[in-house]
Amino acid sequence: MAIEAHDVTKRFGDFLALDDVCVRVGDGALTALLGPSGSGKSTLLRIIAGLETPDSGRVLIGEQDVTDTPARTRGVGFVFQHYAPFKHMTVYDNVAFGLTVRRRPKAEVRERVHELLSLVRLDGLAERYPAQLSGGQRQRMALARALAPRPEVLLLDEPFGALDAQVRGELREWLRRLHEEIHVTTIFVTHDQEEAMEVAEQIVVMNGGCIEQAGSPRELYESPRNEFVMSFVGPVNQLGDELLRPHDIQILPSEDAAPGTIEALVRRVVHLGFEVRVELTLPDGRDIWAQVTRERTQELELEEGQILTVRLPAPRTFAA
Amino acid sequence: MSPPLNDPTPAEALAGAGAAETGASSARGGSGLKPGRPGFGAGGRLGAVGAGVLGRGAIGIYLSVLVLLPIAALLAKAGHGGTAAFWREISTPQAVAAIKLTLIASVIVVAINALFGTLIAWVMVRDEFPGKRIVNALIDLPFALPTIVAGVVLLALYGKNSPLGIDITFTRAAVGMALLFVTLPFVVRSVQPVLLELDRSMEEAASSLGASQFTVFRRIVLPNLAPAIVSGIALSFARAVGEFGSIVLISGNLPFKTEVGSVYIFSQIQDENLPGAAAVSVLLLVSALVALGALTLASRRWSRHVR
Amino acid sequence: MSANAQAHPDAQAHPGARRATGGRRLILRCVALGYLALLLLLPVTMIFYRTFEHGLGAVWSAATAPNAVHAFWLSIELVAIAVPLNTIFGIGIALLLERGRFRGKALLGLLIDLPFAISPIVVGLALVLVYGRTGWFGDWLATHGIEVIFSVPGMVLATAFVSLPFVARETIPVLRELGTDAEQAAATLGANSWQTFRRITLPAIRWGVVYGVVLTTARALGEFGAVSVVSGRIEGKTLSLPLYVQDRFENFDTTGAYTAAVVLALLALATLLAMNLLTRRTRKAGAA
Repeated sequence: MAIEAHDVTKRFGDFLALDDVCVRVGDGALTALLGPSGSGKSTLLRIIAGLETPDSGRVLIGEQDVTDTPARTRGVGFVFQHYAPFKHMTVYDNVAFGLTVRRRPKAEVRERVHELLSLVRLDGLAERYPAQLSGGQRQRMALARALAPRPEVLLLDEPFGALDAQVRGELREWLRRLHEEIHVTTIFVTHDQEEAMEVAEQIVVMNGGCIEQAGSPRELYESPRNEFVMSFVGPVNQLGDELLRPHDIQILPSEDAAPGTIEALVRRVVHLGFEVRVELTLPDGRDIWAQVTRERTQELELEEGQILTVRLPAPRTFAA
Repeated sequence: MSPPLNDPTPAEALAGAGAAETGASSARGGSGLKPGRPGFGAGGRLGAVGAGVLGRGAIGIYLSVLVLLPIAALLAKAGHGGTAAFWREISTPQAVAAIKLTLIASVIVVAINALFGTLIAWVMVRDEFPGKRIVNALIDLPFALPTIVAGVVLLALYGKNSPLGIDITFTRAAVGMALLFVTLPFVVRSVQPVLLELDRSMEEAASSLGASQFTVFRRIVLPNLAPAIVSGIALSFARAVGEFGSIVLISGNLPFKTEVGSVYIFSQIQDENLPGAAAVSVLLLVSALVALGALTLASRRWSRHVR
Repeated sequence: MSANAQAHPDAQAHPGARRATGGRRLILRCVALGYLALLLLLPVTMIFYRTFEHGLGAVWSAATAPNAVHAFWLSIELVAIAVPLNTIFGIGIALLLERGRFRGKALLGLLIDLPFAISPIVVGLALVLVYGRTGWFGDWLATHGIEVIFSVPGMVLATAFVSLPFVARETIPVLRELGTDAEQAAATLGANSWQTFRRITLPAIRWGVVYGVVLTTARALGEFGAVSVVSGRIEGKTLSLPLYVQDRFENFDTTGAYTAAVVLALLALATLLAMNLLTRRTRKAGAA
């Protein structure tokens, strides 16, 4: 089921959350809505889910206009940021909920619930209560619950925000694989650019209620349409009006004082595992940092206080 | 209802100048009062007005004079003539009628409160309308109003000369009405904070999974409110069973008809039948305590899930 | 106890079905408000109306009748004694329960909650059984010429009993939330118990205590049943204001009764106002 939003606008009091937004998500695609807080991404997701109504605009799911359909009948699976578990029900009852309210026969419910619990690797925990599960387990339960009634669309609101780094990493990987298995049109909201790049096939970058750019992770990284997208999707150095990618900054041994290069003082060398972050000060006093591999660092014998030569990349221009 | 015991803190070792805590680390799980100057837990000491022993002593005397001795005397008087005498006193026809009326009326009133109290709490939390703040404040009126004034107030509207033409004086309905009045706030105030804190995303989740609004209320909201409702019921019941002032004017206190337990006890006191009064008193007190205890326990066990 | 319901953004789960939900909402609101009106609001307004029905003059003479004035000041006296006692001991008990260490905390907690479970009449009876003529201390008191029952001291005891729990119960959660860190810090800096209490603990629990005092005062002022039993209802001597209301009623002096009732009702409304303002204060202080 493809999803389309046409000219969606939403205000909360004086605050304009979405300004005439248009989005298209292909059938079976895995898309991320990426942006800082207040960018409107969660609002857009909730409008697609039917948990909010737009002030103007239409929402189409699979060619059908669902703008006036309540969440209840939209056939959308929604996973909340803090999972919204039904605390007073067991894991089994939680996952079964979407089926029991549709009065499916018990045998069918049982089969489906166990199928899903296997899928999300929570077998054996069916009789537990959410309070007895870890954060990651609760999230998987929330997913199983949303998927149980076979929704045509799966929406996730900052699904991994509340988890610690390692679990987050595992679940991202896991969501990707799940999508490959199930192929449900999936949209998730995140403010974490790395997460979006890693998981999504298509990323929609939002800011201040508008869509800045939509495209594949590579497109966004290599061909950002404006400064916001460039600085949001990837690390940047800001030099006046120019934005430079840290790994585009070349560090040369100090002997090579070629034209087009500039001197720099190594202020600090930070070892972050494989990658090394070299903080530099340019002759005019401005600070930048370069991203360098371990080998290169060793090759150049980089250390604090060193003076060497850097070549800055060509400045990027953006269409006005 | 009783607060949990504090864990002993290692702060005993932080004894500085001032009141000497005879020192060393206090043994965990130690006995109650220690010899010398027992401190007040954290930081080594925290006095009430005055130092440790004095404070505890004063509190002990106060509570004894005020509460312990009178309750002891009550129990003694009730049990004076043994079980036979006790039984005799509580099984006189008039006593039985009064007790029956009290218990039945309280149960009915409490059930009505559970329903309307939850409803009112719902409207107060989920709805908006002009004057809501004032209405919300007025819900506490039965807490603040003297019971006798409550009786007078109900009489003004539902007694003789009622502008509505309703006269319920000397009827059992009057008893019910008075009880409804004085127990109004309990369930409302018990449910309100829980409702305020309720995670709305659970309701949204249920909705997105296809549940109707009624189902959402029935299967998601209500179970989460249940402990609070039960706790409110417990307090309502205990209050209703002992209520006196509001009933006394409007019910007419007719024996066998509108005489409640507390009024019966009062009449026995006036007739100098103190053993009789004590016996029924103990009966009412015990039923209130049992209901309170059982319901509070149930409410706590329930909410353990939900937490 | 008094929770000010916050305004909620109008988050509806069924945007499409807005109209239907609006109707349902309206019905719930009407039922709730209707119930409150019939049970609470109308009777209370009725009372104000009835009192002034026969003109201000009648009300004034009723209010200034010597027995009425005596009853009023007697009530004030009872409050003036019982409330400070319960405040001081209430704080003490709260400190004991939250900071003290001893066996029998459960019993103490039960004693504090007892006044909620016990009928006021039973309170009166229990006091009579100890301090009355035929009570445990009856002889001793008689020999020493001390009158408790059928006199003001007995009424003080009754009033104190029923209004006992409030300060303690309101202070306990505040103490619990406060935690012992600040107090421990004070100890390491050399403060003794009294200093710690006065300068660290008390300011922090201040609003809980004040709220408790308001509730205590309201309860003490309005107590009827317990005081009724122990006072003997002697006109001009042991009639507190609530008892006076009943007395006037039984003597068919409805204006007198209503006037006294209105005075008490006004004091109750003042209490409500104080409760409301303070709830917001305690909430703000707690959130800090």
